[in-house]
Parts: sequence; C-alpha cells; structure tokens
Amino acid sequence: MSGYWSGILAILAINIIFAYGIFVTATAGQLNLGGAGFMAIGAYGAAMLGEQLGWTPALTVPAATLLTALVGIGIAFPVLRTRGVYMVLATFAFAQVVTGIILTQPALGGAMGLVVTEYVDLPVLLGVAAAVTIGVFWLTATRLGLAMRALHDDELVAVLMGVPARAVQVAGFAIGGGLAGLAGALYAHHFSFVEAQYFSPLLSIYVLLFVLIGGTQTAWGPLVGASFFTIVPELLRIGGSWRYVVFGVMIVAMMMFRPEGMVTRTLLARLMGRRRHADAG
Amino acid sequence: MPDEALLTVAGIGKAFGGLRVVDDVSFTVPRGGRLGLIGPNGAGKTTVFNLISGVYPLDAGTITLDGKAIGTLPPRDRVLAGMARSFQNIRLMPHLSAVENVMLGQQARASGLGALLTPIGWMPRGRWRRDAEALLAEAGLDIDPGDVVSSLPYGIRKKIEVVRALASRPKLLLLDEPAAGLNPAETAELARFLRKIAEGGTALLVVEHDMGFVDEVCDRVVVLNFGKRIYEGSMAGARADALVREAYLGADAA
Repeated sequence: MSGYWSGILAILAINIIFAYGIFVTATAGQLNLGGAGFMAIGAYGAAMLGEQLGWTPALTVPAATLLTALVGIGIAFPVLRTRGVYMVLATFAFAQVVTGIILTQPALGGAMGLVVTEYVDLPVLLGVAAAVTIGVFWLTATRLGLAMRALHDDELVAVLMGVPARAVQVAGFAIGGGLAGLAGALYAHHFSFVEAQYFSPLLSIYVLLFVLIGGTQTAWGPLVGASFFTIVPELLRIGGSWRYVVFGVMIVAMMMFRPEGMVTRTLLARLMGRRRHADAG
Repeated sequence: MPDEALLTVAGIGKAFGGLRVVDDVSFTVPRGGRLGLIGPNGAGKTTVFNLISGVYPLDAGTITLDGKAIGTLPPRDRVLAGMARSFQNIRLMPHLSAVENVMLGQQARASGLGALLTPIGWMPRGRWRRDAEALLAEAGLDIDPGDVVSSLPYGIRKKIEVVRALASRPKLLLLDEPAAGLNPAETAELARFLRKIAEGGTALLVVEHDMGFVDEVCDRVVVLNFGKRIYEGSMAGARADALVREAYLGADAA
C-alpha cells in the first residue's frame, strides 16, 4: 500500500472514532460543536504523559481517553443547563478555551506544538476503530442506548417513562468526550506531532457534519459519514481546485434530499425487508 | 375506606399567571378502581394529570400513591412508585419501533447498571423483548413489532401508547383521552381491553370526552368545571345532576 493511501486510512480510522464520539452525545439529543476541544485534550494528554512520564502508548492512550471522559462529565453539568443553539455555542466556546490554554502554555508547546516520540502504527488504529464501531453498535442496542434515543425524541415523555434523564445525558457526554479524546490520543501517536492549530473550529464543524450527514438514527450513520467525508474529497482531487465546489454542492444536495442523514432507520428497514422478501421468494 | 385508597388527591391547586386552572380538587382512586375524570373543555382535567404525574409542581394540596406522599417528588420517582400515563396527543417516540417504544415503558422496572447495559436490541428472544411483544399481542395489535411507529396508522399508535404505559406494570394507569380520534369499533375494542386490564388489578384514572366510553370503562366519575370539582359519584348520577348539566350545556339549558 502506498504511503498516500495508508495516510488516508489512518485519518479515516481517527475520523470514525472521533465521529462516534460526537454521535454518542448527539444520540441523547445534544449537539457538540466542541469536538476539537475534546480531541485536543486527548492528543495533548497522551503527548504529555508519554513525553513527561515516559509512559508507553498502551498506557497513555487509555489514560488520555479516561481523562477526556472525565472532562466530558465536568463540562456536561454547565452545558446541560443550556438548550438548543445555546448548547451548541457553549460547546464551541469550550473548544476555544481548550486551544486558548494550549497556545498560552509554554509547557504545552504553545504555538510550536509538541513532538510525540512513541509511534502507533496503522493496524492498531484500524483495530481500535473497528472495536469502537462494534462498541457503539452494542451501546445503541442496550437499554441505555434506547433511553438516549428516547431523550433525543421527547425528553419529557422519556422522563415520565422513568428514564433518569440527567444521568443518561451526562453519560452521553462522558462516552462521547472519551471517544473524541481516544481519537486525539491515537492521532498524536500516529502523526508524532500535535499543534493547537490542528484542533480548530473547522475540525469541530467537520466532525459534526460527518455525523449529521451520515445520520444520527443508527450507528451506521457516523461510519458512512466519516468515510464519505474522508474518501470523497480525495477521489475528487482529479478535478483540481473545482473539487471544493463539487463537494460543497454535494453537501447542499444531501441536506435537501436527505435531511435526516444518509442512513436512516426507514432506509435500513427497506434494505432488510427486501432481503427478507428475497429469502421468502 | 381510606386504607383501600391507592391514589389520594387532596386539595390540589394550580394557577398559571392569575388563572386558577385547578382549584382545591380532591378525589381518591381505590385499589383496582376505575375512575373517570370528565368535564367540559378547559375544565382542568389534563392539568390534574400533569400535577399527578409531576409535569408541573403543585401550588397547593397533597398527592399520595400507595401510602407514599409523591406530590413533591420528581416525575421519575412517581413512576417508580407505581404510576404510568398516556398523553392526549400521541407522544410515542417517532424514530423508535413499536416494540422499542414498549420496551422504553419498561424502564421503571429495569434500573441498575446491568439492566441498562443489556443489549436488548440484540436479544430477540430475551425476556424484555418477549414481554413487550406479548403485551402488544394482548392488546390485540396485529402489527410487526419492528415497525417504526411513525409509519403506523393513528388508531394503532394510540393503542401502542396505552401498551407502553402498561409496560411498567403500574398500580395506577392514567389515560388522557385514550379514545379520542378512534372509530366506534376501535373504541369498543379499547374499552374491552381496559376492562381486562382493570380485572387484572390495575387501577384506572381516565380523562375522556366520549361519555359512552367512560360509562363502559369506569365505575365512578369526578366532574370538573373551571378547575373545581362539581360532582363525584356514578355516571348515571352525573347525567342527572343539575350542576353537571349546566356545566356542559350552559345555564339556560339546565
């Protein structure tokens, strides 16, 4: 495999894990536009633990994931006091605070970034992405996942059915934050370098688009969305600088024709119904 | 017999702005009883439901369920104490399937981390799923339990709401206009189903405009008008009561 394609596969694996982080929170009805902030905490957490304490990735990656999950819990309480667009802005502001802190702290490398010496190779990234994918499918099949989807649809009714709303929403932020942090930690160890500029608002917007355009109704959505957003722009490279225009038009068309995302439950039901039908016939 | 009371509502009140929507309302639902809550539009019936289930905080009065004061508890704790409700306008989760909606109703029986992390969606023969499907079948719902509810007809969705509320195995079931929008055949079938539930020991508190339905399902009625209780007793008695007639038909007609 060429270096070019293995680089794209690495980004794809990281994007899938990152997208699932945003998806889990979105499943419970919360839009997180601070994805880059959580990813940055995971990346810098792993980098610092590796460089300062000499931990290996087998330790830094889980520790950074746990750290980001705890930050997710901490941030959930103030954020969950807000609603709708204000919640989106609150999460966005959180990410700005994170990159602001990184840029002003010399110990974190400031604008120069940090070198990460311990390397994690592509097969590990792909393996973790596969495990996260299976894990999120499992989560959506659990009663916790059902409670999350119910909160997304109708919070009052979910509460009146006995769903512990606040606990489930905080769990959504913890798991989602943890996965974004995991993506960041793997990014740091694979690309051997982290800098604050990478964790820009644009990254937060992109990952939210992966999830919203992929579809939030099933765990297939982020997988399809992240793959689409990672691979299609590369394929469009043959079109030169027109690729941005073509890609932008594709996104607008998707919003118009599939506002609930590329993969919806009705689409899956139709696909599976056809298979059942074919079996019978 | 006060010790026989399952639900005791005593002197409850609620005002929105300056408007007293519910004013000093009291009634009891005995264990296994079937009480109808009726009255003209705007009488405060749905507000009483919202006060009992904890959607709004009480301004005055107390609510006791099964000997436990629940009037100040959050909604979830009231569900755990043994009540469940349906809604005037269907409020099923549109993106969930019929059986998932019913399994959501089981939530009150499935607390604890183990229950939360059981992948019920992957266990088509698991006890939660079988329990939910059995309840749908018991209600006479001849549907594919995996159908997403937004694709199902109104009458069926209305009934799934009742089944979802039942899935918590409540001691008290609050139904807000369960027959609204149903055709006569569906209404008769729903009445039969509710009587069967009541025979199983579940107490019913029903808000409904269809008096024939109330007569068939309930053994006693409370009539509200402008937030106040104006009658309590049998349905036949309510029909003959001057105050009730006046509330429904206006002072001139009575």
